[in-house]
Amino acid sequence: MKWALVAAMVFATVAGDLLQSHEMKRAGEQSVSARGFARLLHVIAQRRLLILGIACNAVSFFSFMALVQTEPLSFAVPASSSSFVLETLLAKFVLHERLGARRAAGALAVLAGVVLVGG
Amino acid sequence: MKNLTTRSGALLKTYSVLVFFLALKAAGNSAMAWGMKQVPERMSMNPALYLRAMLNPFVAIGVAALILALLTRMALFSLADLSFVLPVTAVGYVIAVFLGKVFLHETVSHQRWLGTLLIFAGAVLVGTTSRNTTATTSLAEDPK
Repeated sequence: MKWALVAAMVFATVAGDLLQSHEMKRAGEQSVSARGFARLLHVIAQRRLLILGIACNAVSFFSFMALVQTEPLSFAVPASSSSFVLETLLAKFVLHERLGARRAAGALAVLAGVVLVGG
Repeated sequence: MKNLTTRSGALLKTYSVLVFFLALKAAGNSAMAWGMKQVPERMSMNPALYLRAMLNPFVAIGVAALILALLTRMALFSLADLSFVLPVTAVGYVIAVFLGKVFLHETVSHQRWLGTLLIFAGAVLVGTTSRNTTATTSLAEDPK
């Protein structure tokens, strides 16, 4: 059950983030004032892929919620971070972001850090 | 052509949204973790159990903060690359370690401090890269 929850969580996280990143870039720059949130809700209502991305977040969230109830945070948090590698690669190859040496090195340092924090 | 003021303004906006997201996420996770420990039933595939868990005020506050955090993160996605947002938001792990140390008096091992340091250094490194490498005309519809 533990690993099924981890798998569901990682898959949903990756799919959700890719969809949201893609859609939000297309929607244009948003802000987080009261008016900004209202505008953001309007953007969400108009974009189906964004709603699908949020649904993926919900799956990921409930898997995490179930996981932390039985497993320690020190397992759940690093387990959830395995999506990090997958997402960074897909950001490059699917979203066509330019990683560059500095960003790649930084991402690797963060990944190593997350593994150490959880280990 | 973007002038320097517009560009540094956009950068400041990105970092403000980032800080707001980190605060919401830390508050939300702490409240939810605290509340879930008080919920007697084990979670399963039954959605009613999750709804009942939300009757706990800490879980409810946590969920509300995490929903706001989700919206804030979406705003962040509109401002910066996915490969930028992921590492810089990992600073949340650093905050979690500090919160655990200061408020819950958890003992933090050398290994955990080293991990925290690596996350912070990595996030700073990524934070100095160009935040949006796929931008074409994203500033065009930015309201005043």
